[in-house]
Amino acid sequence: MEEKQPVLELENVSVAYDSEAGMVQAVNNVSLKVYENTIVGLIGESGSGKSTLGNTIMHLMKNNAVLTSCTIKVMGQDIYRLNKKDLRKFRWSQMSMVFQSAMNALNPVLTIEDQILDVFFSHDKNISRKEANRRAVELMDIVSIDSVHLKSYPHELSGGMRQRIVIAIAIALDPKLVIMDEPTTALDVVVQRSILDKIKEIQKVKKFAILFISHDFSLVTELASKVAIMYAGRFIEITDSHSLSQSERHHPYTQGLIKAIPHLTSEDVTIEGIPGNPPNLVELPSGCAYHPRCPHAFDLCMRERPETRLVENREIECHLYETVEK
Amino acid sequence: MRYVLNRLGFFVLSLWAAITINFILPRMMPGNPADAMFAKFQGRLTPAALDAMKKAYGIGQSTLWQQYIDYLHGLFTFNWGLSFMQYPTPVSDMIQGSLPWTIGLVGISTLLSVFIGTALGVYISWNRKGFLDNTLPVVSMIFQAMPYFWIALLFVFVFGFKLGWFPMAHGYDPSVTPGFNATYINSILYHSFLPAITLLLGSLSGWIIGMRNNMMYTLGEDYVSFAEAKGVKTSRLMFSYAARNAILPQLTSFAIAIGNVVSGSILTEQVFSYPGIGNQLTSAVQSQDYPMIQASFLLIAVAVLVANLIVDLLYSRLDPRIRTGGTV
Repeated sequence: MEEKQPVLELENVSVAYDSEAGMVQAVNNVSLKVYENTIVGLIGESGSGKSTLGNTIMHLMKNNAVLTSCTIKVMGQDIYRLNKKDLRKFRWSQMSMVFQSAMNALNPVLTIEDQILDVFFSHDKNISRKEANRRAVELMDIVSIDSVHLKSYPHELSGGMRQRIVIAIAIALDPKLVIMDEPTTALDVVVQRSILDKIKEIQKVKKFAILFISHDFSLVTELASKVAIMYAGRFIEITDSHSLSQSERHHPYTQGLIKAIPHLTSEDVTIEGIPGNPPNLVELPSGCAYHPRCPHAFDLCMRERPETRLVENREIECHLYETVEK
Repeated sequence: MRYVLNRLGFFVLSLWAAITINFILPRMMPGNPADAMFAKFQGRLTPAALDAMKKAYGIGQSTLWQQYIDYLHGLFTFNWGLSFMQYPTPVSDMIQGSLPWTIGLVGISTLLSVFIGTALGVYISWNRKGFLDNTLPVVSMIFQAMPYFWIALLFVFVFGFKLGWFPMAHGYDPSVTPGFNATYINSILYHSFLPAITLLLGSLSGWIIGMRNNMMYTLGEDYVSFAEAKGVKTSRLMFSYAARNAILPQLTSFAIAIGNVVSGSILTEQVFSYPGIGNQLTSAVQSQDYPMIQASFLLIAVAVLVANLIVDLLYSRLDPRIRTGGTV
């Protein structure tokens, strides 16, 4: 598996926002590889930089975001070396994205059909109307929505249906990578479940890779095989998701997240939260950004930022494990 | 379809209300048109003539209800009474002579202003922070901020009087014979240029800035980013996704602007001595020409109502959410 070319390869990616308070580092030196036919989860609190990273991979940065250093390769292609025209073609055919807000991702004045066909017509000048229509019906079939709704407008559909349409649009051109930025956040729990099942089902057939961005820890651990945990713009831990359910050695922040999951079946119903708030990116704490909230913090944590180390196959950024490796 | 019927019903109802109020208002005023006419002729009218006139106007002999029926009947048969000012020319004839001028000048200027302003708004919002985006809103705002009559007078003074490039008054050159011929049409265009330009300058900024702001808001919407990501071509993204949504709030302003064509013409036509309905209304007020005033007010009310109806129907064409009565 490791020899194969990764679908997505991030190398030391840093993104900053140009604000009045100076450059604010939203994503700080992160590296990640995502391989074909895998689901990788990206977890973080609000403002940890996870959506910024998603938009950066899509080359859709907003609000004065500046990529300060990096290579982002999708299918071996550095997407920041593509010119505008090639980028427009490359996006969606190789990588696509499901947006956070299902409610607003569709144009209210165009029919669903128009919005699906736009993908085909934009990427293939020669496609016939009939062929495009046939594929649109096929897509509706994949996401289990009756094709009569091709003639519907977005406001005539429920939130769950709209999100499934958005997913249908995202997979229209069989991309190798689909970034899903909190695809179920705006939906209620029941609909959320049906959408996730649908995503898993489609992924199994189409075998594309998914980068699943979410703040829902238990949801991501269930869905993804590998999980990257983001804190203050850094990946503080990258680990296999199955190890997260066991009490193994993790970054203290990850441990905090694990403890915060309610277990319905266990007798112990106490849920522990993580004290404190996510750090202000303008004034990051010195050393390890997590140290003010960390129960295991010692004086080194305040002074020096920990390097990434391999702890039992997990990449962890924490001083606690420095001695372990040596 | 239900929506259209609904709007039509509303239109008929408000039209009736406008007509009725227009009937009641003058009758609540002290005095009556015959006395005013009598006063105007300053004793040169015999009491018998006054009596005859009162009979002609139906004063003092029929009930209010009978007058109302007669009024409605007269209204729909274009029998709007005789003007005092140019007695005994029928008011409908006078309006027929002036309304086309107003619609031609103010109506077309308003439409031009809406189209040019909206198009410029789309363009500068797309090329945000560009040269035009930095200058156009400010420059156009300066013109809109200046009192309209002042700009109009300034233009008449500079381009009409000092430079002599354009005529200072009238709808066409009196030496040209009216008719469907090139010289006459040229003369009309030549005479309307100056007032049209001032109208345009005075209203353009609202359309530019309004559309620009709507566009800014729409461009930040997720469906625009999503469409951009899925590879939609720039022109389609700009018009079908961004401008198509951003134009909806403009329609409301458009309804108001169209409704204001008749009433808004007063100042322009005064300054440029244009033979339109605004000019006529001013002189009617000055000479207490009640039938003329009443007819003009009715026209203004009808213009507003018709404009609203048109925009309501247009809205339903452009926004599917209104058509089905659904929510956002």
